[in-house]
Amino acid sequence: MSDIADRVKKIVVEHLGVDEDKVTENASFIDDLGADSLDTVELVMAFEEEFGIEIPDDAAETIQTFGDAVKFISEAA
Amino acid sequence: MFDLTGKSALVTGASGGIGGAIARALHGAGATVTLSGTRLEPLQALADELGERAHVLTCNLADAAAVEALPKQAVEAMGSVDILVNNAGITRDNLFMRMSDEEWRDVIEVNLTSTFRLCRGVLRGMMKARWGRIVNISSVVGATGNPGQGNYAAAKAGMVGMSKSLAYEVASRGITVNCVAPGFITTAMTDKLNDDQKGKILQQVPAGRMGDADEIGAAVLYLASPEAGYVTGTTLHVNGGMAMI
Repeated sequence: MSDIADRVKKIVVEHLGVDEDKVTENASFIDDLGADSLDTVELVMAFEEEFGIEIPDDAAETIQTFGDAVKFISEAA
Repeated sequence: MFDLTGKSALVTGASGGIGGAIARALHGAGATVTLSGTRLEPLQALADELGERAHVLTCNLADAAAVEALPKQAVEAMGSVDILVNNAGITRDNLFMRMSDEEWRDVIEVNLTSTFRLCRGVLRGMMKARWGRIVNISSVVGATGNPGQGNYAAAKAGMVGMSKSLAYEVASRGITVNCVAPGFITTAMTDKLNDDQKGKILQQVPAGRMGDADEIGAAVLYLASPEAGYVTGTTLHVNGGMAMI
């Protein structure tokens, strides 16, 4: 697994308090990992800080799964 | 009782009577304060009076870009904004039938929209800290209405609905959002009223006197304190019984 995926996973695990093995490629933050809408905003904030990037609101809306996040950040960072 | 040592507060409209009293109350409880307003001179005078832990940032709340920048500048000055008090407000009184779009817009922009923008601007830091206090200064007229103040009453009532909505969203993050609604408070503005005008006002106030700005400061201090952590989405009316709601 790439370094970016590891860092994203660490943030998700810490923030949502879920087991690491639940955070799979297609795991939806809201449907599978128990996030509420405010959690998703906070995750995006945490990604922005961890990777020093800006994630615009319209892009943030497309980040629904762990895989989405890794893909977006890999392209942006 | 209320200890705000280590907390940082941003107070808008701090050059006015009520804003100054709020800043004094928070500072007196140990908070670091940033005083914001349009006029540098009274802000600086208050900062000098307070001494340590006081910063000054001028800001025109009608200027969207300046409002967006204010929370960031406050964080630069104090390290964080743990407490936000949206106190600044203007009046452009007129009979409803004569009220211009400009009078309406100015009051909504400065009193309501700037409050929205400043709340939005401080949320990220408060969410990360899992602690925050937002106190929006509404008014008794937001609940009762007042002839000649359709714009002002709309803005002040709007603050209440906005605060409740935000309170819902961030309650689970340790952030409370409340309003304080002053009644008639002795300020430079009310000093201009003559005795006849004051007498008429006081007939509506069971307490039989105008309120003191410090009594608003005390209400804000309570809502900003750790002890008020379970109080959110409410409006604390400080009006001598003028409107019991």
